[in-house]
Amino acid sequence: MSAQSSSALLRTPLFERHQAAGAKLVPFAGWEMPVQYAGIREEHMAVREDCGIFDVSHMGEIETSGPQALELLQRLLSNDVGRIPVGGAQYSVLCQEDGGVLDDLFTYRLDEQRYLTVTNAANHQQDLDWFREHAEGFDVRIEDRLHDYAMLAVQGPNAREIVGALAEDSLPARMTASAGRIAGIAALVCGTGYTGEDGVELLAAPEDATALWNALLAAGATPAGLAARDTLRLEACFHLYGNDLTIERNPIEAGLGWCCKEDTGFIGRDSVGAMRAAGPAEKLIAFALDGPGIARQGNAIVGGGVVSSGTLSPCLGIGIGMGYVPAERAAVGSPIEVDVRGRIRSATVRSKPFVNKRSNDG
Amino acid sequence: MAEASYPDDLLYHAEHDWARIENDEAVLGITWYAQDALGEVVFFDPPAVGTALSQGEPYTEVESVKAVSDVVAPLSGEIVAVNEALADSPQAINEDPYGAGWLVRVRLSDTAESETLMDAVAYTATLGG
Repeated sequence: MSAQSSSALLRTPLFERHQAAGAKLVPFAGWEMPVQYAGIREEHMAVREDCGIFDVSHMGEIETSGPQALELLQRLLSNDVGRIPVGGAQYSVLCQEDGGVLDDLFTYRLDEQRYLTVTNAANHQQDLDWFREHAEGFDVRIEDRLHDYAMLAVQGPNAREIVGALAEDSLPARMTASAGRIAGIAALVCGTGYTGEDGVELLAAPEDATALWNALLAAGATPAGLAARDTLRLEACFHLYGNDLTIERNPIEAGLGWCCKEDTGFIGRDSVGAMRAAGPAEKLIAFALDGPGIARQGNAIVGGGVVSSGTLSPCLGIGIGMGYVPAERAAVGSPIEVDVRGRIRSATVRSKPFVNKRSNDG
Repeated sequence: MAEASYPDDLLYHAEHDWARIENDEAVLGITWYAQDALGEVVFFDPPAVGTALSQGEPYTEVESVKAVSDVVAPLSGEIVAVNEALADSPQAINEDPYGAGWLVRVRLSDTAESETLMDAVAYTATLGG
């Protein structure tokens, strides 16, 4: 957090807005990002009960266009890209040949032959290199759009009402996207998110980001930082790349078999198909501690396995997490023990997600 | 959360701990700066009475939602009491770090060690601008 280390960090177009809002700014994946404003718990509950707004402009974008855009993306992405309608969105993973996950991604189909893929900040350059390397021989154009978009996530039970009141047209349904105007500002409006709440994500020109942010705050959205984003996504049991997904893990053991369609011929499909057929040795589970304490990433699970993410759930008031355990101990209700820095704490495998209020309108 | 404060009657360790010396015992806790850096404290599992502390070494942990932080012993000794109330209200460490948020009481093994600690003016100077 020192001044020296922050000199080389990238800043989003909203950096000064974050300072003005009293944010704590910390280095994150090469960016200087707001980790919290008023406090994690307040921001977390604002998203669960009202409406929060996150600056996620550090996330990258890769545009793939051209006559063979679909063919290339079918080769790169694990899901069946051919099933995304124009204006649709889809989650997938990017695998290497051995099935190891390079990144997890949302892809929006902007037009017949034009797709926008959102990358994790830490993986963006590697993903871009991977796309370009594999584009050889395809009639496509790969463009780095990282610095062409600011990205705001507006999330919570009141998010659609708040954004909708500023929108010229009706908002896109969940898992769809459309070009629109919010507070007079052109944006790609996406019915997606990473919190387990309803809401939208907005991609807009960087020079418009401040006006868009200001309009949404004035309309009632509460600024929320990356720390609350993490507790929210963990309550919703969404994977975080680098924690729950790594190059060492196959999507099958991560519970992401649903977004892998081997018949599309994607890179890694043989390994994914083989693990699907044989069954994984370890599985990613959700767990809650039975008593006090907080398990953290890297804590060992007694008898084999490791915690991949852990926190205190602001909604439940207990330690929750996800981790990899031997498949025979992965059933919901199974008791496990976590070695929390030398103290053995008992926990129980829980069904995913811990919190999901989005399910009734999907 | 209260405003920044560093009471004059306490001694301070560079790792953001305070000590209130009472004869051959001391009450220990973390400073306003430490609790502010940590954010809302959500969990404190006190060490056992009888645990030996060694100056400059971690002796317990405080946890925010986001992170676990070691608490370093400003002085050496043996724990004679722990703040049991923090099990139910760990946020006292944020709200009243020098009062209700105290962590442990220690019988000092070397009272001369206190001379290595800083007063409030010297400690505040280490926090910089």
